[in-house]
Order: sequence, then structure tokens, then C-alpha cells
Amino acid sequence: MPRAKTLFEKIWDRHVVMQEPEAPAVLYIDLHLVHEVTSPQAFSELRERGLRVRRPDRTFATVDHSTPTASLELPVLDKMAANQLQQLQTNCRDFGISLYDLDDPKRGIVHVIGPELGLTQPGITIVCGDSHTATHGAFGALAFGIGTSEVAHVLATQTLLQMKPKTCQVNFNGQLGTGVTAKDMILALIAKIGIGGGTGYVFEYSGSAVQALDMEGRMTLCNMSIEGGARAGMVAPDSTTFQYLAGREYSPQGEAWDDAVATWRKLPTDPGAKFDKVIDIDVSNLEPMVTYGTNPGMGLLISEYIPDPQSETDLLKRSTLEKALRYMDLQPGTPILDKPVDVVFIGSCTNSRISDLRMAANLLEGQRVAEGVRLLVVPGSESVRRQAEAEGLDQVFMRAGGEWRYAGCSMCIAMNGDQLQPGQYAVSTSNRNFEGRQGKGARTFLASPLTAAASAVHGRITDPRLMSTK
Amino acid sequence: MQPFTKLTSKVIPLSQNNIDTDQIIPARYLKVTDKKGLVEGLFSGWCYQEDGQPDPEFPLNQEIYQDAQILAAGDNFGCGSSREHAPWALVGWGIRAVISTSFADIFSNNALKNGLLTVTVDTEVHSKIFNLISTNPGLQVTIDLPSQTLTLPGGNPHTFPIDPFSKTCLIEGVDQLGYLLKQEPRITRFERLNGL
Repeated sequence: MPRAKTLFEKIWDRHVVMQEPEAPAVLYIDLHLVHEVTSPQAFSELRERGLRVRRPDRTFATVDHSTPTASLELPVLDKMAANQLQQLQTNCRDFGISLYDLDDPKRGIVHVIGPELGLTQPGITIVCGDSHTATHGAFGALAFGIGTSEVAHVLATQTLLQMKPKTCQVNFNGQLGTGVTAKDMILALIAKIGIGGGTGYVFEYSGSAVQALDMEGRMTLCNMSIEGGARAGMVAPDSTTFQYLAGREYSPQGEAWDDAVATWRKLPTDPGAKFDKVIDIDVSNLEPMVTYGTNPGMGLLISEYIPDPQSETDLLKRSTLEKALRYMDLQPGTPILDKPVDVVFIGSCTNSRISDLRMAANLLEGQRVAEGVRLLVVPGSESVRRQAEAEGLDQVFMRAGGEWRYAGCSMCIAMNGDQLQPGQYAVSTSNRNFEGRQGKGARTFLASPLTAAASAVHGRITDPRLMSTK
Repeated sequence: MQPFTKLTSKVIPLSQNNIDTDQIIPARYLKVTDKKGLVEGLFSGWCYQEDGQPDPEFPLNQEIYQDAQILAAGDNFGCGSSREHAPWALVGWGIRAVISTSFADIFSNNALKNGLLTVTVDTEVHSKIFNLISTNPGLQVTIDLPSQTLTLPGGNPHTFPIDPFSKTCLIEGVDQLGYLLKQEPRITRFERLNGL
């Protein structure tokens, strides 16, 4: 009988082209996603070496990081951003790569459009010069972020040199309470293990609470695997996965679809397969999560209090916490609830899909954003934007006093002019609360779209479970 | 890629844990299309005072470290984004090795491809380095890659791990793309066998 294998091992084993002793494996990459920020130097390397893109048919590009969200009509005013966007156009044209450019109706954040187009499929290997590539693991793909040198490797050879990571099973058991979401699950995991806790591992998320999530929830979960140190996070494909993929542009059709589903059904981890590590989390008593510090591991249940550095015995950990609280200007021992906020950002590859916007709009219907608070809603793709507009969600946001934008990474990475002012506090549905991430001197509370919307209404960190929805 | 064999240098101390790539180089410096000018962004959130002047307290600004080639930092160095601009900026400044108790996966992958050695030591050695620097800021250490050792003044060599493949690439100063390009026939065969 063949050895029981995990989902990860099945995909890994099928993609190893070769491996020499004492060398990493040469891993075949099925799908390479490219964006404007981490690719120009890789294309330059190809030109310098006189190389072509080996499989332009397996390479897809889009623009998202440095693109404007206020209007797509104007020329991009930031000269450096405009140059970067133009470079990608030139590179895609010269090397024969499909580009979802600024004016393309299918454009959007790379990790939102991959699944939307059906490019992301179970059992395949996916890379992108972006650490949130882990998102695509929601479909039972092995997907991870790479650096620009590696972008060049994949462009030129469709392969990567990789050491085999270890595997970690993360079981989320129990049933989520009302007002608690996939975002709260992943923030709870990272708070438990710390931001380096998953270094060297690939996570496989399982358990009843994961099976109950829709695909967009699973994407949110996998998206932030890197915030726990794991390069990839995966969920075994099931009928929820197949239902999502059926009929999408790049999904197999007809007989090929039936064959594909039959193959995909064999992917889940075999009974008895061994993981290097197992983590169990019961979500029954989970609350909405909010971060208080300067890394995603500094998270609290919304009813909890900001920790006191004095109770930390490890000196380096104490000084790291002190520095974080100084940057955030927060007092130890005070509740995270009711902290004042200046800006609420709903968007990013973590939480900008239609279900995220529906959640936020449901809570904002008939409400007004608090005086002096700026609400910015940025859909993850142009398709999401059109869908939201068809459902009237844009009107809900604007009636509440929010700004409704075009798709892009926007205030998650603050490269395109959408940014906080020094000292401002934001509740953000994005993935990173690092110092300066949302603008120089900016202070970020990471939370779910529900918590973000509730906080926008009150101008303070607010438990969404205490708000009535229409 | 510049080869790495043996290096003796002062050590710049940055004691924080979890120094992420947004600190090493903030996103607003990522709009370049080449590898130039990134040094400007290196730790730019930490190295200036509110008035825009260089902060004399920040180690990278101090005269004594202007010729240093080694950085020592807290646990989980380089976490966060996959931006290779982080090692490019460090190398651009003149850093050739970073010592820490652990590194984020993508960062170390990127670093080793740019001749930047990641030296992982245990907490005991790590504390010793920081303690020694606090009394002697100009302390010099030696990193020897062929023997995989880090030696503090007057001490025994401490070994550090590195995968043999990256070690060979660093010592010989060769990049990994050359290795992959040589596998072309096998890649083609793999594609044919798997109907790709």
C-alpha cells in the first residue's frame, strides 16, 4: 500500500523535476503571476542574459500595487509609478505575456483576480513576487511568494530551486459565533504562535470551522499564512471549491471539467498521513480580533486589554513590546475597545472580495460614519467593483459617508497616494500593521470587515456583535 | 554575485525582534525599476529625527559603524513582504552578513542570492555578541563560510548552519539561474511526460 501523504506532499512530489544530492529540488511551477513592483529587475536580467520567457502561456501579469484608485481616467501623476506601469507594459509586450492593464475590466489585485479568472486551481503550483501568494492555497494549490531573483528563475525556466518545507496541520474546530469571521480565525492563530511561529512550515488548515467557510473566507485565512511565518497555507479542495470554480474563464470545461474534478478529489490528505506539527484551535469562544501593536502577532480578543511590558520577563521581548506601544501611543492595561480611530480602510488582498463588502455594507446600511472619520472602501478587482455596484453596495458606502474607489492594493501598502497621515489611527482590513506600513508614522489596528465597519460608525474600536444589522 | 569566503568586521547592533522588510525598506521606495538608489530607503523610518536630520542614536548613522559589514539583529529578521529590495538595500549600504537567532524564509532565500550571508546563532551566542558590543562598540568578529564558523574576539569558533548548495554558490560567487538553465532538457522532458 502506498504511504499516506498530506495534500502538500502530493503536490510537491508531482512537481519535482529533479533533485541532486545536497541540492534543493527543482520544482516545476504551473502558474506564475506577475505585478509591476517586483518584476522589472527580473525582466532586465532576462534581457541582459539574452533569455526568453519559457512559458508565456503560464505567465499572467496585472497592475495593482502602485495604481491610482480615485480615477482610472487620468494619467498616473506619480512619475515613478507611471514609469513602473509602463515598464510592465513594455515587458509583457516584448516577452509575449498577457497583461490585465489599468484599463482592463478584468484587472485587480493579483490574488483576487487569479481565483476570479479560474487560473487558480487545485493541485497546481503557483508563485508570484508577493508574499500574499499564499492566498491561492485556499483552492488546494501550493502557492507561495518569491523574491525578484526567483521571478527571473521562473520566467526563464518555469522552475524554482526549493528546499522542502515542513508541514503543520492547523485544526480550527467548533463553530464560529455570529460576527466572527475567517479574519478573526487567522489573527487568533498568529496571536497564538507569533509571527515567526510558522517559519519553515507549510500550513494545512482543516477542521469543521474551515470546512464551513466559503471560498472567500478560505482565501482570507490562507492569505495571512505568511504573517505567521509560513510561506504557504492550504485548504483541501472539496465541493465548495469545485462549485466556486465551475464555469470560470480558465476553469476546465465539459469533459475536461469532470476529469479535473475526479483528479482534484484525490488531493486531500490521506487518513493517517503525518504532519511535522499539529496546532488545535477551538473557535467556539472566539471573538472578533484586533491588533494593538506593530506586527500581526500582537492581537487581542476585542474584549481584552493591552498587555503590560513589565509582565514580560524576556528583556528583548519586553523592549520590543515597549517600542510597539510607544509607536502606537497606547497605554498598557487599557481595553482595546473604544480606542479612537481616524480612518477605516476596507480593502486589500485579505478582505476586498464581494462577501467582505457585503458584510461591511450590511452593517453600514442606514448608518453614518462618525464625524471626522474617513472611510475608504477599495474593491479587490474591477469585477468585484461592478458586482458591488450591481448590488447597490457602493451606494450604501457613499450614503454612510464613505469613499468608493477603483480596485488596487491602495492603503494596505500606501504606495499609490492612499495613505494615513503621521500619527493617525486606522482600523484596516488589510494584513500588516508594521510601523509606517500605511504611511509614515501611521498606526494600524488590523481587524475584520465587520469590526472595521462598526468602528467607522462609532469612530472608536467597536464590537460588531453589538450592532444591529438590517 | 560577489563571492563570500571570510569576513572580519565590526558588528552593527539592532537589538529588536521581528525587524520586518517594511522597516528595512518602506514600500514608497519600491517604485524603482532597477536596483539603484535603494540605500536612501534603508531603515528610513528609523534613521531620521522628526526634523529630518539623521538620528545620531541610530547605529547605522554612527561614525564608528560606517565601515562595518555585519549587522546583528533580533529574532525573525526580515519577516513580512517578499521584496528583494531589502537585501539589495542592505548590500548597497555595504552589509555582507546578518547575524540573528532566526530569519524569515523568503528573506534568507533572497539574501543568499545576493551574496548576503545569513548567520543563525543560538540565543546564548546572540546575547554574548550584544553584551560584548555594549561595552566595546568597535568589537570585530570573524565569519568564515568554508568552515561555517563565527568567531568572537578571544573565543572559540561557533558553527552556524547553511545548506550546502547555497554555501557553494556563495563561495564561488555563482548564481542559481545558471544551474536551472543547465537543467533545460530535464525540464522539457518533465513537461512532455506530464502533458504540460
